Amino acid sequence: MAKVEQKGTLSKSDLREFFREMLLIRRFEEKVEERFRAGELPGFLHVAIGQEAVAVGVCRALEEGDIIASTHRAHGHTLAKGTTPNELMAELYGKMEGCSHGYGGSMHLYDIERGNMGANAVVGGGLPAITGAALSFKLRGEPRVGVAFFGDGATNIGTFHESLNLAQLWQVPAVFVCENNHWAESTPSWQHMPIEDISQRAVAYGMKAVKVDGQDVEAVYKAARRALEHARGGKGPVFLAVNTFRLVGHYIGDPQVYRSKEELEETRATQDPIEHLRTKLEMSADEVEEIDSEVKEIVEGAVEFAKNGTDPKPEDALKNIYA
Amino acid sequence: MPELSYREAVRDALSRAMRDDEDVFIMGEDIAEMGGSMGVTQGLVDEFGPERVRNTPISEMALAGAAIGAAMQGMRPVAEIMYEDFLTLATEQIVNQAAKHRYMSGGQVTVPVTFRTQGGAGWSPGAQHAQQLESWFVHIPGLKVVFASTPTDVRGLLWSSIYDDNPVVFFEHRTLYGIKEDVPDELEPIPLGQARTHRRGEDVTVIATGRLVHEALAAAKEAEQEGISVEVVDPRTLLPLDEEALISSVKKTNRCVVAHEAVVRGGFGAEVAAVIQYSAFDWLDAPIERVGAKFSPLPFAPVMEEFVVPHAGDVLNAIRRTVGRTDGN
Repeated sequence: MAKVEQKGTLSKSDLREFFREMLLIRRFEEKVEERFRAGELPGFLHVAIGQEAVAVGVCRALEEGDIIASTHRAHGHTLAKGTTPNELMAELYGKMEGCSHGYGGSMHLYDIERGNMGANAVVGGGLPAITGAALSFKLRGEPRVGVAFFGDGATNIGTFHESLNLAQLWQVPAVFVCENNHWAESTPSWQHMPIEDISQRAVAYGMKAVKVDGQDVEAVYKAARRALEHARGGKGPVFLAVNTFRLVGHYIGDPQVYRSKEELEETRATQDPIEHLRTKLEMSADEVEEIDSEVKEIVEGAVEFAKNGTDPKPEDALKNIYA
Repeated sequence: MPELSYREAVRDALSRAMRDDEDVFIMGEDIAEMGGSMGVTQGLVDEFGPERVRNTPISEMALAGAAIGAAMQGMRPVAEIMYEDFLTLATEQIVNQAAKHRYMSGGQVTVPVTFRTQGGAGWSPGAQHAQQLESWFVHIPGLKVVFASTPTDVRGLLWSSIYDDNPVVFFEHRTLYGIKEDVPDELEPIPLGQARTHRRGEDVTVIATGRLVHEALAAAKEAEQEGISVEVVDPRTLLPLDEEALISSVKKTNRCVVAHEAVVRGGFGAEVAAVIQYSAFDWLDAPIERVGAKFSPLPFAPVMEEFVVPHAGDVLNAIRRTVGRTDGN
């Protein structure tokens, strides 16, 4: 066990890079929230503030050629998988320079070339396709892995159960990353699941399940690394039960009437993954400030880029329906 | 020219595609050793092995979705949905996922998957194993929908569906599996979106799909005895629809009957009738007649099932009504 840990050890500079990426995602999403409230962004927007370590930890562990499928809360996954802030922001503004060329929006972010098979606005909707993509990797003998992100709420839907069953049955190279933030929109886990340990659901299908602290990016990275190696090595799929926290509402503008102020404040104070990493790295205020102003500039640049983007013509709506 | 049944013609298209192309594989419930509930895939596992002729659990969401995921990686899977009624279980994946990935990504990805399924009345399976649901899928931009009625057509259309870069929902009619026909040695792909005129006529055009093509041909023979010359056209592809072929036929005959086994209300025939009335309004000498099942779930008792679904006699009566014969009920 110690050896495995050793192998997965990250250097301080790796972790600083993780910190930078998590902070970029945070600042990006805060900007999205701001611009949405300013009335500039159409559509339904869900930010993943508090869950940045999951996106970065998992995506940093991927190899070239690995693919992901994401959820309605997709900005972090998308940035972590390599889509540029400019392309992502342009999509949120509905511009042709966007990563889905204005056809998708926040809940349908794609970047096929970079291995992002799409964010999915149907809860659990992307799991079967990741299972099938992983099957195709297996059939072709390609050393690639398919990774599905989804939340605890998705573990109640049929696609989750059918996909885990099929993936385990066929031993396909897939990793199922459950971001358990304890809320299915406004419904707490105890109201939507009769069990406390979500990984039991994977165990029921005979699947290897790993639990990890989702607020610790290093732990997520290491667990993801091991899960990916397992899947890539032909040993079957892995269920990654990531315990994480949503430090904001379900959607931007959600008054969170279902959540107590005390709980929210305490969670924010104790479960911020960026703060955790800052403490771990013993970063000085100046160091943080330097990175912060750098990523803020990138985000400002992304807004600028997006606003100067090209609006699709209305009749472009009739393109891309058929190949 | 070998004689093939409709069932063998489907199998022939599948096995030729798998022989030619490693990217083609098939998956579905009981399709391997058992050969599928209708015996269509019998023997294929012996030739291609269990990796390419994959038995799946009874799990329509996952099997449809896995086929979609494999297609997005460039494979050409053919997923069999055992009974058309079970498309209901896979509909989220077909409608929200397969039909929309290309669009939502702004054209970055193709989804070359084929969903084969079968249904139809005639064997008294009752309300959950015999519906005709093709019209649902005709309503979805991003899908193609095929309904083949002969061995030659089913073979050539299935081939084209497998090699189409879009998701195709491919309907087969259960009672047609046994019909036989001489087919060419070489498989001739039939382009999607091309109607077939089965019989030329002057007085009435019957636009029919699936089993009703055969009922329409029988009705046309009867009508001929009564001095009515009937043209029978099968669109074969319901989406995209060969509107031009249908419109030009009606412009020639000035009368139109649309016929399918699915219930009349909201059926595919409603769309055809709308297309015809708009484009051939001035040519029509009679209201367009619609023939289909009565508005009822399919009953079990054979006498009731027979009563609910349309037959040649119903098509004949509709033909008679269009030419003003009062004996057309």
